[in-house]
Amino acid sequence: MVATDLLKETVLSLSSNKVRSSLTVLGIVIGIASVITMVAIGQGAQSSISARIRSIGSNLIIITPGAQRTGGISAGQGSSQSLKLDDATAIGGEVQGISGVAPEDTHRYQVTAKGNNTNTQVIGTVPTYTDIRNVNIDTGTFITEYQQQTSAKVAVLGSAARDDLFGAGADAVGQMIRIKNIDFQVIGVTLSKGGTGFNNADDAIYVPITTEQHYLSGDTYVTTISASAQSADIIPAVQQDISTLLLRRHGISDPTEADFSLVNQADIIATASSVTGTFTILLASIAGISLLVGGIGIMNMMLTTVTERTREIGLRKAVGIRKLHINMQFLMEAVVLTFLGGALGIVLGWVASLLVSHFASLTTQVSMSSILLAFGVSAGVGILFGFYPARRAANLSPMEALRYE
Amino acid sequence: MIECKNIRKTYVNGDVETNALSDVSFRIDKGEFVAIIGPSGSGKSTLMHILGALDTPTSGTYVLDGQEVSKLDDDELSDLRRKKIGFVFQAFNLLPRTTVLRNVMLPLLYSDTAEKDREERARECLRYAGMEEGKFMNLSNQLSGGQMQRVAIARALINDPSIILADEPTGNLDTKTSKIVMETFRELNRRGHTIVLITHEPEVALYADRVITVRDGVIEKDVKNVR
Repeated sequence: MVATDLLKETVLSLSSNKVRSSLTVLGIVIGIASVITMVAIGQGAQSSISARIRSIGSNLIIITPGAQRTGGISAGQGSSQSLKLDDATAIGGEVQGISGVAPEDTHRYQVTAKGNNTNTQVIGTVPTYTDIRNVNIDTGTFITEYQQQTSAKVAVLGSAARDDLFGAGADAVGQMIRIKNIDFQVIGVTLSKGGTGFNNADDAIYVPITTEQHYLSGDTYVTTISASAQSADIIPAVQQDISTLLLRRHGISDPTEADFSLVNQADIIATASSVTGTFTILLASIAGISLLVGGIGIMNMMLTTVTERTREIGLRKAVGIRKLHINMQFLMEAVVLTFLGGALGIVLGWVASLLVSHFASLTTQVSMSSILLAFGVSAGVGILFGFYPARRAANLSPMEALRYE
Repeated sequence: MIECKNIRKTYVNGDVETNALSDVSFRIDKGEFVAIIGPSGSGKSTLMHILGALDTPTSGTYVLDGQEVSKLDDDELSDLRRKKIGFVFQAFNLLPRTTVLRNVMLPLLYSDTAEKDREERARECLRYAGMEEGKFMNLSNQLSGGQMQRVAIARALINDPSIILADEPTGNLDTKTSKIVMETFRELNRRGHTIVLITHEPEVALYADRVITVRDGVIEKDVKNVR
């Protein structure tokens, strides 16, 4: 009897004051939805940045030439020509725990095709590059071992380079392009990785490294060697072995004098994470402030409505309803309002996150912890400030409550 | 059946002690229609709160139907009010935006009575209090003052109480409606209900059979109305 009466009385009481109930629910909805959306944007940014870094390969170690020094003046990292194709072959052959090595020799050239032209990076590389650097082919094929050995004049276009030279989405396979006045036949187009700005992985043209060295750069040096370790935990050991091998090959005894540098993907991710971490803290503080403001809103709403109902509480007591039942009813009303608001807020926050990622092309990621936090705080505040003043009113003597203005 | 002996009620406000009631004793038997009359500040409201078990006296004893009320705790007082006392207030005190029927059923909330029986009983009481059948499902705020007081009377009757306590029931009504409401109380009394009426208007007190006059916290007069 008590349970059904309680439920019926709660529903009746809330529905007979639709405006008041819906305003309270609205306050909770907005508080929760804004926190969920904001945290979703922050976490989405963080995960999309790490995903992009991971997309350049897995367990990657990148070897670049060191600084060129002339009489104590450094021209900066990567400026010297100290790495050769043989170094890459040696790393692949002698270092334990390596699953693949891909040397590349990258330079920027003016490229033309059918009257269109663009300035892009031409990457001379080997067939294993696709596995090590996570490059996927959209149409056609990548460079083959045979083309590599015979210095074939073939090219694989990045999707952005294809768009620039032949128009967006055009079928470029079989067409000819000119790099430094030498004709190359297009044999494939890569799948877009979705980068933008500088260093756009899609704005590139891949040619066999032998062809690149022979016809384009005219030397035997490489600009980068990418090696991938078999697993993440052996990266430091592999990195050490590569370093030792290259020092020996280059005849350098003091490691601080090395003419090359090594960086691994974990380091890059760590650096990027510290940047996005700051970003997430910023968004979380904004979310925290909105939670606080939302909480105060809910508190106000609850305090006012319950105080307004002091006379009603007095009447209930006067006609003989027990304190416990009055407390239970107000607790129930607060629970129903906060849970209703909470559920709607979660749905709205989720939908808002989806809309943000759809229309603002930002990756968003709704996290369970933000839902729990936002819901927990709002529900806690709502229930506390819905129940506490009601309890206080139920403790008054009935005639005091009835006289309350 | 109501027996008050040496009732004393003192309010303490800071250092100032106010004697609202000092040494009040009287007895009301079953079936009586008593008016308690007095000017404001006379202590009649305090007396009504004690009689209605809304408050307990500082000293003295109040026995209702053989039960000592002054020693009961909050929950026991609630139970007593629900079972034995029907209230009719000056301000009607109905639940706003709630149907007439639900307002009348309010004291039966959380009781063992089945929903169907509660509704049956509420309809009975509403008819008894002279409420039109067509208005049972109206919201309380759509009623006139006289209709609201009828609903309040029906609510007071729902538990078949030992006494009906009416606190200035005509205070918010015009003369014509007041007359109808007072006739309703007389009718209830004729059917055997004990009624205690608190008022400051002598002409309202004329409807009662006995008038107790309170002044400065003591009973000044206790007379029977001659009919």
